[in-house]
Amino acid sequence: MKNQDLYIYILGIADNSLILGQRLGELCGHGPSLETDIALTNIALDLFGQTRSYYRYAASLAGEGKTEDDVAMLRIERDYRNVLLVEQPNTHFGHVIARQYLFDVFHFQLMTALVDSNDETLAAVAAKGIKEVGYHKRFSGDWLKRLGDGTGESHEKMQEAIDHFWPYIAELFDTTESDERMIESGVGVDVATFRESYYSEVTDQLKEATLTVPENPYSKKGGKQGVHSEHMGYILTELQYMQRTYPNLTW
Amino acid sequence: MTIDLHPNIDENLVQILEEVADPEIPVLTVMDMGVIREAVARDGVVYIKLTPTYSGCPAMDVISDDLTAAFKKHGMEARVELVLAPAWTTDWMSEAGKRKMEAYGIAPPLEETADKDALLGNARIVKCTNCGSTNTRLLSQFGSTACKALFQCDDCQEPFDYFKCLK
Ligand SMILES: [Zn+2]
Repeated sequence: MKNQDLYIYILGIADNSLILGQRLGELCGHGPSLETDIALTNIALDLFGQTRSYYRYAASLAGEGKTEDDVAMLRIERDYRNVLLVEQPNTHFGHVIARQYLFDVFHFQLMTALVDSNDETLAAVAAKGIKEVGYHKRFSGDWLKRLGDGTGESHEKMQEAIDHFWPYIAELFDTTESDERMIESGVGVDVATFRESYYSEVTDQLKEATLTVPENPYSKKGGKQGVHSEHMGYILTELQYMQRTYPNLTW
Repeated sequence: MTIDLHPNIDENLVQILEEVADPEIPVLTVMDMGVIREAVARDGVVYIKLTPTYSGCPAMDVISDDLTAAFKKHGMEARVELVLAPAWTTDWMSEAGKRKMEAYGIAPPLEETADKDALLGNARIVKCTNCGSTNTRLLSQFGSTACKALFQCDDCQEPFDYFKCLK
């Protein structure tokens, strides 16, 4: 492949949306209320839409007649580049919101920076996606506040969820060697430039939601290098089932 | 990179383009929605550039097929290409389209600042499509599709969709 770094860089962004979208899709018909059920699956649809544009681009770089579906569906676990945060299970609604919120704030800042990429395709996907991600962030941020500053029980569950996901944030700001070469060439985004503003935005909003900002220095990472948690295999089993069972199936 | 925000549409093709409806809101044509960014005829082939409203909009494949079919009916071959830049905005919807949308039961998008106020619950300004009252409130930021929010009227109690501003 002539542009391996760019290919991997695209997957690093696209796989987060694919796997988070898959997690949200599990909630279809199972949301705590009809409105939240529809909202979460609409967010999943936005993420899948964005991811299609990325995978189409990645497939064109991969050559060999590869399609967006090949890239999305037919890789082995070690070749997925999503962060551990997005593959964590739904557990309860507080977890769904905490995972979503912590990702949305990052996603919005990443898209904001990616708009200025000197790669025209990535810049266009970001310019399109950023408008949608703004709505995602408003949705998860509102629920964070509503649950944090809600009843005793909702507050406790929201705090537990934030504490649970806190160690996963650090990986969002890790850069791989491919990332670094992409940053150097003006295609990639240097996530370190908005690390501080990420933490300050999240901290402010947690306080507003009467939640305590965790001080846990421990971090959990590996997904960006293809080393995933035990949950990933189960996600892929479901995601890839049709293509593995009926190879080359189309509809 | 400079981006031309005005669509390049050959006037002779407009009539056929207006035969193609938005599958999600069938009272609107693709011209009303502002999703056609280019339509030109070259050597007997019509080249169309189509842009999605939302990245994951499932209507895009259908619209693309419908466009090809509409031109085929008039004896022309059309080739549809999906383009992402510049990104679609609700500003591209026609005024006539917004009126048709309202009559159909979907409140059309407000301008950006008003939209924010309405969605954040700071102001009651989205007009109920059933009784016309603005005594309405947000039920959910996502309605029947990602591009809409769900509102309810506190005068007639009717719930209705509001097409969110996208800018
Ligand atoms: Zn009313």
